[in-house]
Amino acid sequence: MAAAQRRVVMSAADMGRAMSRIAHEIIERNRGAASLVLVGIPRPGPVLAERLADLIETIEGRQVPTGAVDPTMHRDDLDRRSIGPPVHPSHIPVDVTDRTVVLVDDVLYTGRTLRAALDALNDFGRPRTIQFAAIVDRGHRELPVRADFVGKNLPTADDERVTVRLQELDGEDAVHIERVVSPAQEATPAT
Amino acid sequence: MSDFTRDEFAEVLDTAERMHAVLERPIRRVPTLRGTTIANVFYEPSTRTRVSFELAGKNLSADVVNIAASGSSVEKGESLIDTFQTIQALGADIVVVRHSRAGAPELASRHLDCGVINAGDGTRGHPTQALLDLYTARRRLGDVEGRKIVIVGDILHSRVARSGIWAFARMGAEVVLSGPPSLLPDTMEALTNGTGEVRIEHDLDGAIQGADIVMALRVQRERMQAGLLPDLREYARRWSVNPARLERAQRHALVMHPGPMNQGIEISPAVAYSEQSVIEEQVANGVAVRMAVLYLLLTGEGRR
Repeated sequence: MAAAQRRVVMSAADMGRAMSRIAHEIIERNRGAASLVLVGIPRPGPVLAERLADLIETIEGRQVPTGAVDPTMHRDDLDRRSIGPPVHPSHIPVDVTDRTVVLVDDVLYTGRTLRAALDALNDFGRPRTIQFAAIVDRGHRELPVRADFVGKNLPTADDERVTVRLQELDGEDAVHIERVVSPAQEATPAT
Repeated sequence: MSDFTRDEFAEVLDTAERMHAVLERPIRRVPTLRGTTIANVFYEPSTRTRVSFELAGKNLSADVVNIAASGSSVEKGESLIDTFQTIQALGADIVVVRHSRAGAPELASRHLDCGVINAGDGTRGHPTQALLDLYTARRRLGDVEGRKIVIVGDILHSRVARSGIWAFARMGAEVVLSGPPSLLPDTMEALTNGTGEVRIEHDLDGAIQGADIVMALRVQRERMQAGLLPDLREYARRWSVNPARLERAQRHALVMHPGPMNQGIEISPAVAYSEQSVIEEQVANGVAVRMAVLYLLLTGEGRR
C-alpha cells in the first residue's frame, strides 16, 4: 500500500562524482591515507566503504583497510521495531585503536543508527578520530550528530523514503525518493 | 521445536554466528537487552544450561535472576502456575523453565503474558540443546544435509535425543539411533513427527559405520534400577563410544555429548578428550545460541 511516485534524485553519474569528491575530501582532511580505516554500516555501508577504498587507492596509491560494524545490537529502539531484526556480520581487519576510522553509510537521517554504530565501534578499540561519510543527508536529526562528508544534502519530508541503490546489491546505482503513505492515512476498514 | 522450519533453524543459527563474534571481541558484552529481566526457573538441577542462559543474558546486558526449586516457595507447596505468575508480577520479561515433567513450560506459556523458553522438560524436549548441537555441527562440517548422525544410548528417556532428532532430521541429516532395545522406541512416529529420515540400528558397530557425527547420551543410573538396563559393564561393552568404534566412522567425524559424562560407560575418556571431540565446544557454543534465542524473542514491538 506504499509508494506514490518515485523520483530519481541522484543518477549513477551523480553518485560516481559524489563518491570521488568524498574520497578526495577524506584524503585532504586526513593529510593522506596513512592511518585510515573505512568501516561501513550494513547493509550498504561496507560496499560503499570498498568503493571509497578503491578510489583512495587510485589517488594515493595506498591500500586502505575496510570493514563492517553492525549497529543493530546497540540500537536504542529494539523494542519499537520488527521482531529480531537481522544482525549482520561485524568485521574490522585491523586494530582500530589510535587510527582514524571513517564510518560509511548510505543515508543520514535521525542519527540513531550512527549513534549505535559509534557505540558498536567502541567495542573494537579506541580510535584516535572517528569521522562519518554518507551519500545522502536528508535532515530530521534526533540526536546531536553530523556527517563530515556528504554526497548530497537532500531536503525531505518525514513521510518520504530515501533509497540508495547500489550496483553490487540492487543491480543499479541510483538514489530514489518516494512518498510513503503511512498506515494512519490508509483507508483501512478493520479498526 | 517439532514445527520449526528449515528457515527458522537457519535464522537462529545465523544469529548465533553474530553472537559468537561478540564473544570473541575484547569486550564481550553488547547493550542489546538492557532493561529486560530474564528469570531462570529451574525445578531440576542443572549447571551448564542454567549458567549458559545466565551468561547469555548478561552478555546482552539483561538482568538475570535465578530461581531454584529448593530454597523457594516451591518447597512450601506453591503450585507451578502460582510460582510463574509471581515471577511475572516481579517483572520478568522472559522465563526460562527447566522441569522434570513434560509440558511444564507449555503450561507456563499458557498462563503467562511474557515469553517462555523450554530449558528441558522431562523426557520431552530440550530445544536449545538441539540448536547448539546443530550449530556446533554446522560450524565444523558446514550444512548437515546428507550427513549421518548416530545418536547412541537411552533414546527413549532422552529429551536431548528427542529434540536433536527433530532438528537434525528437519535439516536433512540421516539420523541413526542405536542402543539397547529396552531404551529405544518401538515406533518412530512420535519421535520424528514426519520430519525426515530416521532409523534404528541396535548394533553400534554397524550404526557408526561412515558416520559424520556420533552423539553419546548420558546413561541415567536410575534406569538400571527400573530394570531397563542390563548392567553397566554390559552396556559399556556394547554401546560405549570408544576409539576402536570411532575408527569405523568418518575420519572427520565429530563426537558430541550433552554432558554430564559418565566416562568409561557411554564414552571412553580417550574419545572424550580426543581431537574429534567437540564436547567443550558444545558448551561454549551454547552461550552464543542462547544469546540468539533471547535476542530473537526479546526484540520487537511489545515484546517486553
